Amino acid sequence: MSDRKGKSKKDKFSEVAYYPGCALEGSGHAYNRSTKALGKELGLKLKEVDNWNCCGAMEVKNIDPKIQTYLSSRVMSIAANTMNMDVVMAPCNGCYHNLKKAEYDLENDDKSREVVDRLSKKAGHETYQAGQVETIHALDWVKDTIGEDGLRERVKNSLKGIKIANYYGCMYTRPRHIFPEKDAGPGSESTSKPHFMDDLLEAAGAENVDFPLKTACCGGAHTLSDSDTSTKLVSNILQTAEAAGAEVIATECPTCHSGLEMHQIRAEKTLGIKTNVKIIYFTQLLGMAMGLKPKKVGLHENISDSFDYVKKKGLA
Amino acid sequence: MTTLVDIGLRLDELIARTPAPSDAGELLALGEKSLEQWVLAKGREPTQDLREGFRLLALHRQGAEKDPSFNACRETCRELVYHYNLLTQQSEHPESAQRARMMGWVANHLYLFINGKMETEQLGEFCCASKPLRETVDASTNAQ
Repeated sequence: MSDRKGKSKKDKFSEVAYYPGCALEGSGHAYNRSTKALGKELGLKLKEVDNWNCCGAMEVKNIDPKIQTYLSSRVMSIAANTMNMDVVMAPCNGCYHNLKKAEYDLENDDKSREVVDRLSKKAGHETYQAGQVETIHALDWVKDTIGEDGLRERVKNSLKGIKIANYYGCMYTRPRHIFPEKDAGPGSESTSKPHFMDDLLEAAGAENVDFPLKTACCGGAHTLSDSDTSTKLVSNILQTAEAAGAEVIATECPTCHSGLEMHQIRAEKTLGIKTNVKIIYFTQLLGMAMGLKPKKVGLHENISDSFDYVKKKGLA
Repeated sequence: MTTLVDIGLRLDELIARTPAPSDAGELLALGEKSLEQWVLAKGREPTQDLREGFRLLALHRQGAEKDPSFNACRETCRELVYHYNLLTQQSEHPESAQRARMMGWVANHLYLFINGKMETEQLGEFCCASKPLRETVDASTNAQ
């Protein structure tokens, strides 16, 4: 399908401005490493956004949402006006959500446009105008460039025999109005039952289980301020995945991923609830399916240990 | 009145013995009761309305009014309704036992989400939705 600039999604997404965001430089480094390694293996080009800043995350948004809009707009402005890119790819659900929200606000809200223009002038860069770039998630990036057929052709180590619960978290699809491309008919992502990760991993040979908590809250926002709540919510997600028959929970967000890993350990210590389900980024799983070694996709950087598991499954 | 503690204990019981397809109605009702606690804690009367044929969905919508973060449990509510429909409309389906098991975990997630949200917003004493009551008492004490 072609867009308004005449390029197909496949062509447009083959070279994108890459916005890793803060988490991927810290607790989510394995996601950063595996995204880059997977992109390289698939022949997709990532140009990291120059001198990028925090998207405003939850902290800034809670104090002043307009400042968050500005911070996200600066990232998009650099991609569009300095790097001359059409597409920004953000693998983190929080960054992806915030950039999409900023885009929506700048399209629809005069006050947001006024604040962003004032702060951009003060900071000495061009003001971002709604529509200059398209923000996509890492799932869109792989799905719309390589797709399921392309992945099937490239599989070197099939994920056959791996039962996966795909966990998308609550920021990937919510609120619906900032994601106009979702729920847009055949081929588009669904906000109520997302399936892009399921589709990609199935193409690499995995068996997806029916998992009813795909978009359920993991309590990520309260992981430090109210750890018990997060532990209970995560523990429920992990137990549900196991009850659904999953051996692995595939993730696509660094906050969800580290929350699941940390609270899996904490649930055993504080609640006495032990779960064995492995927590692995979808980029790590796809990377290994493409023949990359576990270390190449940063499996050693995960908090939880899944080396023995992937070895047993013939991926190492 | 059913308290959040009662709801949590009953869900623990059901999950411990693995919910059966015949528990679908009770699991849906426990979801409604969890949502009622949230609405009550916000000082409102829980709605008796239906949305898409379900009071649970109407209660969720009421709970999310002026509080978009509450929509983080929207899909959990819809999954609960979805499983209820599967279990009641395809009761002889070979997957019914597994669907009932999943419905138990989904109902538990909704309860945990609401319980956690009430704690973080300091609503209630986590055994009942007492903040509105406490605020009334505080206001009258302060006025004296």
